[in-house]
Amino acid sequence: MSSASPTNLSFVDGFDAAGAALPGAELKWLKTLRQSGFERFNDQGLPSSKLESWKYTRLRSLEDTKFLPVTDEDAVASVDLVPSVLPASDSRTRLVFVNGRMRPELWVDGDLPDGVSVECLRDMLTRGADWTEDYLGKIAHADIGNQALLELNTAMMDSGFVLKVEPGVKVEQLIEVVFIGGLTKHPVAYFPRNLMVLGKGAEATVVKHHVGMGVGAYFANSVSEIDVGEGAILRNYMVQAEAKDATHLSTVHVRVARDATYESFNLALGGRLSRNEVNIRLEGTGAHASLNGAFLMRGSEHCDNTTQIDHLSPHTTSREVFKGVLDDQSRAVFQGRLVVHKGAQKTDGHQLCKTLLLSTGAEIDVKPELEIYADDVKCSHGATTGQIDETALFYLRSRGIPEALARNLLVQSFLGEALDEIKSEEVRQAFTDKVLHWLPAACFLSEEWRGE
Amino acid sequence: MVASTNTMEQVNDLAEEKYKYGFVTDIESDTAPKGLSEDTVRFISAKKNEPEWLLDWRLKAYRYWLKMEDPEWAKVKFPEIDYQDAYYYSAPKTSGDGPKSLDEIDPELLATYEKLGIPLREQEMLSGVAVDAVFDSVSVATTFKAKLEEVGVIFCPISEALEKCPDLVKKYLGTVVPYTDNKHATLNSAVFTDGSFVYIPPGVRCPMELSTYFRINAKNTGQFERTLIIADKGSYVSYLEGCTAPMRDENQLHAAVVELIALDDAEIKYSTVQNWYPGDENGVGGIYNFVTKRGACRGRNSKISWTQVETGSAITWKYPSCILQGDNSVGEFYSIAITNNCQQADTGTKMIHLGKNTTSRIISKGISAGRADQTYRGLVRMSPKAENARNFTQCDSLLIGDQCGAHTVPYIESKNKSAIVEHEATTSTISEDQLFYLRQRGIPPEAAVALVVNGFCREVLQQLPMEFAVEAQKLVGISLEGSVG
Amino acid sequence: MLEIKNLHVSVDGKEILKGLNLSVGAGEMHAIMGPNGSGKSTLSYVIAGREGYDITGGRIVFQGEDLTGMEPEVRAAKGLFLAFQYPVEIPGVPNTTFLKEALNAIRRYRGEDELDAMQFVKMMREKTKELGISDDMLKRAVNAGFSGGEKKRNEILQMAVLKPTLAVLDETDSGLDIDALKIVAEGVNKLRSPDRSMLLITHYQRLLDYIVPDKVHVLAHGKIQRSGGKELAMELEEKGYAEFGEAAA
Repeated sequence: MSSASPTNLSFVDGFDAAGAALPGAELKWLKTLRQSGFERFNDQGLPSSKLESWKYTRLRSLEDTKFLPVTDEDAVASVDLVPSVLPASDSRTRLVFVNGRMRPELWVDGDLPDGVSVECLRDMLTRGADWTEDYLGKIAHADIGNQALLELNTAMMDSGFVLKVEPGVKVEQLIEVVFIGGLTKHPVAYFPRNLMVLGKGAEATVVKHHVGMGVGAYFANSVSEIDVGEGAILRNYMVQAEAKDATHLSTVHVRVARDATYESFNLALGGRLSRNEVNIRLEGTGAHASLNGAFLMRGSEHCDNTTQIDHLSPHTTSREVFKGVLDDQSRAVFQGRLVVHKGAQKTDGHQLCKTLLLSTGAEIDVKPELEIYADDVKCSHGATTGQIDETALFYLRSRGIPEALARNLLVQSFLGEALDEIKSEEVRQAFTDKVLHWLPAACFLSEEWRGE
Repeated sequence: MVASTNTMEQVNDLAEEKYKYGFVTDIESDTAPKGLSEDTVRFISAKKNEPEWLLDWRLKAYRYWLKMEDPEWAKVKFPEIDYQDAYYYSAPKTSGDGPKSLDEIDPELLATYEKLGIPLREQEMLSGVAVDAVFDSVSVATTFKAKLEEVGVIFCPISEALEKCPDLVKKYLGTVVPYTDNKHATLNSAVFTDGSFVYIPPGVRCPMELSTYFRINAKNTGQFERTLIIADKGSYVSYLEGCTAPMRDENQLHAAVVELIALDDAEIKYSTVQNWYPGDENGVGGIYNFVTKRGACRGRNSKISWTQVETGSAITWKYPSCILQGDNSVGEFYSIAITNNCQQADTGTKMIHLGKNTTSRIISKGISAGRADQTYRGLVRMSPKAENARNFTQCDSLLIGDQCGAHTVPYIESKNKSAIVEHEATTSTISEDQLFYLRQRGIPPEAAVALVVNGFCREVLQQLPMEFAVEAQKLVGISLEGSVG
Repeated sequence: MLEIKNLHVSVDGKEILKGLNLSVGAGEMHAIMGPNGSGKSTLSYVIAGREGYDITGGRIVFQGEDLTGMEPEVRAAKGLFLAFQYPVEIPGVPNTTFLKEALNAIRRYRGEDELDAMQFVKMMREKTKELGISDDMLKRAVNAGFSGGEKKRNEILQMAVLKPTLAVLDETDSGLDIDALKIVAEGVNKLRSPDRSMLLITHYQRLLDYIVPDKVHVLAHGKIQRSGGKELAMELEEKGYAEFGEAAA
């Protein structure tokens, strides 16, 4: 239970004072938006574990640390080499944020077709780009339980990117966004707000990489609002490899129009505390969501994946596959809720969450949830927890494979079912490499083992 | 949408005559003053000539209860309960100390049980089932007592057990469901009136099925029975529970507690067919069934198996659970829950794995029709010491009509890497194809629905003892159509 | 036995059958062949009384009685049987339970005594033996987990038990390999009798190698385009449905 009153939380210190420093201070609509977000956050405070959707994740540690706003000095911290999950490329569009601030000198413009724009939200708000008014705070909604973190971000949003794809434009190349954290002397808090808007029939693939480079503690409270227009396809992939002492709480709200597809994969690799909450509304007939992920934790890391998919129209489909591997004293949470609303007949929704516990101290809490108000539907969920299959391990070892390697292979094979959901081959390969990199060092017999 | 239209019609057909147990018995009652206070608690305790320790325990519970909040996490909605607007004790009036034998029982009561299909005269009974009949707040008859005593089995009202074997009651009462457990169980601890007590001595296989039949008759009366079953080392018992109530416009509260204790190598099989009055088709009246049932597998290799067929009550709030303490102990939960019209049910189980090699199995079949809302809520917890523990859960929902809801909320918590948990859940409807196929073969729609539903429930129906299985199968049909059976 | 006159049928407002005429006499075996999308399955469903298949014109007369508006189970009781192209799975309901329910429902409707468990089991044994079907199939849940061939044999077994006067066999050959096809055809042939008419609906001629029809009709564009003897089937096998404008498969 949260004991600190919201106004005592360091990161909202002097919201009013910060107001002037926040981007877009002169925009009236934005001021109103920020103010209402702040008030609602103030009413609720940080989510407590008494809330059903926060049953297994506590935010107490946030109350104990003094987080400062990002200063101009923090924003220019030197970065020698921008880390990437993707193979090097000069033509790929790449956006880079350091400690929550855009770094124009590290951006790569890439060969984007006409009708696509990728910009920094901070710049846009400062410039007074009014079209964002139609989306900011309009896609995200608080109809689904506690959204205090969304409200907090609405009040404080200070960075992030805006992707806009005009109707009919198909972007073939990947768009990479890198968020680097941890290069500050003091613990800092920042609030990225990302906006992705795809017009009718548009198509795009985004790869986000959250990475901690230093050892400093930081608190990233990010929100993404995503609008997938009629018949459009958005693939949204994320790797979360935050620093050891980092807290990353992310909230994503997506609305998917008629016959549109939203596909995402979240590879969570670390951070002291991370939570990825995804809320998807399948609003139009034929809308589809494919929401997948893998969480690989060790040490005393804590990772929470909380998802909700709302089927609001007939013939909507969703598929969810999450896999987890937990070592040491790490802990993970998976809460997946699938709601079929009245009238959403012929819904087809399937969800799966499997977890491997590698160590005695690890803990997994799973709560898959079906809430159904229409009869002509096919919905299911499955969940398993367990350890590496000893028979399979023995089988591999009896064929001459050393134990450490055999374990790695089995973990890799276990994760395969989730990674296979990634439609982009380039990304699937890159993420598979990330998984291999995470696994403990073991002598590989030959390069062939590294295959998919 | 042929499937739902047909079924909806059948569902509407059944409204009035469906609940055949809805009659009221006209009998004089001995009733406590209305409302709840320390005096009520003392009144009940005095009525039962209880020992001091029990009154103290009741009072502790009552005082604790005053500070408690209603559990709010369940997916059920109802107006706040006015605890002062109910009677907490109602007993059929008898001369003196109550009936010594069946001959002394009010013939009106015997007739009531016969009408319910539970004849209490031994010569008329199903052989092989001993019955404890609880009418409102007291047990009115227990059959086959003598035969059971021959093998050392104690089967009697809990009030009688307090005289017969107070030490056993004192040793186990409240050890599985403490008086602080939850608001409904705490209330029960303060005001429980009667219920069954069972003790199976070491090594004894109970020679017959034991059965308690609960009946709420009096108006505005809550029923708070408390059942305590102890299976000593190496023993076995199969216990059946049935319930009905008259049709009344106001809601009545049933807040029972059931505690099961299985010692080394003992097995308890507990089956329930719950058919409390569910209210009418508009949701008026019906029983609030807020029950805490929990079993402790204390001993090694012990086993507790819950089987429930839930068709009644306006609101069901019930999670028969197993605490698997003993190594190699086994917990099972087989459930069929049917909700129709405006019924609400939030039901499921908890399997708490504490010991090594403990296993549990959960099979839940939920059927929701009309405007009913049903939730399966289940917890499987693997504690750090539950080495090699296993759980398997299969949880299926069937929806009939587009006005009802079916929800599945499992909680899986594992802190042991060698423990394996497997959970599967599905939600579907009776397909138009299935219904047409059956009708093409000459089977009328209502029978076709009953056939599909029975098929859907088969795995659970098979778990019921023979005596109950037929009744349950009929009930499944009746609850949905009214015309089948 | 069966008289279909100028039958018009719509599904979801779209006209599928557009003035179909057909006459099947007692004990006759007719084959209806046609390209995909010609209305073959619609014909079988509308005869059996499936909801959603609206008769907008004409009528179906079975044993002198207009079937329009009659419930499917009543049609079944009057002796009509449809062997499904895709037999439906009913999990948890054993085949015997299902057949007993069906048979007794039909007998009740006809005012006949219901069979008791003993009589039923005895009768089932005879039927399975006659058709060479293993008893094991009876214990399993209706069609659940059955192979394609098993499902079709189960349909034939049901026909043998329910003894219809008119059996409509919808694409009974679909999804079967040649061995399974032979077994099913053999079953159908065993059940032919002077007081049982059959309507065989199929896309391919190969089924007619094993079941010889009295008449063959070609259904296309919602109407019977041609009728003839067995030789018509051979002709179709050779030329395909091009003449009748094969709809896209």
